[in-house]
Amino acid sequence: MVQLTGAQALIKSLEQEGVDTIFGLPGGAILPVYDPLIDSTIRHILVRHEQGAGHMAEGYALATGRPGVAMVTSGPGATNIVTPIGNAHMDSTPLVVITGQVATAAIGTDAFQECDITGITMGITKHNFLVQSAQEIPRAVAAAFHLATTGRPGPVLIDVPKDVTQSMMDWWYPATVEEYDLPGYRPEVELDGETVARAVALINDSERPLLYVGGGTLKSNAANELLAFAERTGMPVVTTLMARGSFPDSHEQHLGMPGMHGMYTAVTAIQKSDLLISLGARFDDRVTGKISAFAADAKVIHVDIDKAEFNKVRRADVAIQSNVAAALVALDAAQAMPRNLDVWWKTINTWRDQYPLVYDAPQADGPLRPQHVIEAIAAKAAPGTIVSSGVGQHQMWASQHWKFEEPRTWINSGGAGTMGFGVPAAIGAKVGQPDRTVWCIDGDGCFQMTAQELVTARSEGIPIKVAILNNAYLGMVRQWQEMFYEERYSEVYLSADLPDYVKWAEAMGCVGLRARTLKEMHDVIDQANAINDVPVVIDFRTDASEKVFPMVASGASNDEIMVHPSQRGELR
Amino acid sequence: MSPEPYLGDTARTPIRHHILSVLVENKPGVLARIAGLFARRGFNIYSLAVAPAESHARFSRVTIVVDAESAPLEQIVGQLDKLVNVVAISDLSPRDALERELLIASVPVDDGSRLAVLDTITRGGASIVDVGATSVTVMLAGTPGACDELERSLEDFREVELHRTGRVALPRLG
Repeated sequence: MVQLTGAQALIKSLEQEGVDTIFGLPGGAILPVYDPLIDSTIRHILVRHEQGAGHMAEGYALATGRPGVAMVTSGPGATNIVTPIGNAHMDSTPLVVITGQVATAAIGTDAFQECDITGITMGITKHNFLVQSAQEIPRAVAAAFHLATTGRPGPVLIDVPKDVTQSMMDWWYPATVEEYDLPGYRPEVELDGETVARAVALINDSERPLLYVGGGTLKSNAANELLAFAERTGMPVVTTLMARGSFPDSHEQHLGMPGMHGMYTAVTAIQKSDLLISLGARFDDRVTGKISAFAADAKVIHVDIDKAEFNKVRRADVAIQSNVAAALVALDAAQAMPRNLDVWWKTINTWRDQYPLVYDAPQADGPLRPQHVIEAIAAKAAPGTIVSSGVGQHQMWASQHWKFEEPRTWINSGGAGTMGFGVPAAIGAKVGQPDRTVWCIDGDGCFQMTAQELVTARSEGIPIKVAILNNAYLGMVRQWQEMFYEERYSEVYLSADLPDYVKWAEAMGCVGLRARTLKEMHDVIDQANAINDVPVVIDFRTDASEKVFPMVASGASNDEIMVHPSQRGELR
Repeated sequence: MSPEPYLGDTARTPIRHHILSVLVENKPGVLARIAGLFARRGFNIYSLAVAPAESHARFSRVTIVVDAESAPLEQIVGQLDKLVNVVAISDLSPRDALERELLIASVPVDDGSRLAVLDTITRGGASIVDVGATSVTVMLAGTPGACDELERSLEDFREVELHRTGRVALPRLG
């Protein structure tokens, strides 16, 4: 029998799980694990802040579909990664996070760099483990990957005390799920034929059906099944912020994103539908608006792998507990077919014609229109380019104006709304998909939160491209203050020139560029596209008065959607 | 926890409650996971009893009396079932459940109150398990309603120290 230290067993267990990259930063309690890492084939990306490690692991997971792995030390190392864990929990992203812990005997004594990270993350992990002995490490790792990637995916944390990684164990690795010792975990359920039949009956009876596609569709790799089902039935499709890319934006049946900043047609089609088929979506308040007024005439077929989502927000007429792909295959096999949809499509196309996505015309001398910048980058981007974003106006504009054609090309923080997500997530995505171009569409506020990871990107040779839509404000908050707080701007001004983003980029070993006019905008995009060896940061000076439209005010009914001022039949 | 006292099911049942009998892995932190889930989702617990289940040390049984008005029972069960350490949940409606609870109380006695105390204990179906110079300790293992009644009748005496375990339950047979 092979004798290993707990640390060696931990690294070997990660190798067993096929891990090729760990995002991390060492420290006292995790030190023993960093020694066998030298001899491992696993690539380690040394981050500059543990939050970066977590978001990189998320970006990696979202871009590849494989679980992201992060490793940090105890105490502040662990608490610094709490935000990414919470973010991954909200967006059901598979993560395995390994934290060092003080030695078993010191736990509970307020030892140096001790914190109860399993307690802290109890509510924001799918599960977590405090490993009690070196012999248990393989089981914990195998179980963590199983939990993170099956059923409804999510983050799993493994807390490993220093004496556990330093002590000896007899190497073994669980061969079957039974050996994971998870008697209470049953992620997959049999599709119930009778339930499917009731769903088919609702579909067959519907005249205004709509496919409300959520992030679960991407999680279950159901894009092909979705395309087949949508095309056979002819139903309109909306894709939520978490599902962008699961159905081609160029497809005639795609109405775009629903929700607070959704397309007028997508929002209104939901409201007027008589049957909502929710595929791995969770009726988030940013989609539903005022829940009592949400799709008031619609029956609901709710497909979700997680039965706790049923009837949580909206009562389902038929709840199908299943992954999205299997449910779509079953509905297809049963030849579910709505009634003639000609009238429905005629109505939908009227909305499309009347309220397309618009913004004010670009001005040659600037300031730049942020929407136009995004469209200009997209127009010159290679097919399959991956886009990440932070959180705020730029995120909504990116989701609205970039045309997503394939799964896993849109990387963003949906449920948690974590500012600063964009840069590290882009780095993680580029590590997972090195042959693809990765753009981060960022805001100036978000950029300042995690920009130091560009040092990581430069030193590790990860050439991402970052477009800062620099409007000198915390733009989304500014928009709310303008619209709902009588233009009383409170603590939202950041300055366009402080910091100097070009110098900052250069100090981090990146290429820094700036654009104020239309000509400069096109020039710097071309320059950025020509650089493929180092990260590029572009400071686009954009118009601070630009607001995201359409908009459904917080708590308002979707029926009260505000379109762009130019579409309201009144002067701005 | 709710500030409202649970009034029992024999006298009247004004509150919609349900009994969840939850089989969990007997591991550190499991109770914190359950309590944390209830707290962060805003579900109310009326009582909670935990002990190792059957003969195995591997599992424990947690009997939770929940307020089904604080959240739909379906939500409570669905979220609870997602806890990896939760192995099985049976949902017992009060009508279908055999519920029992243990009450112990220490009651001060003197020459003036002795007869009244003994009378209350006897009428409440409780028994004396310990006798001291100035107080007696009594216990009652019975329905939650019987415990409620005894608790109310003991309110007539001063400086009573009273503990209840929270209920445990099994499905009624037949």
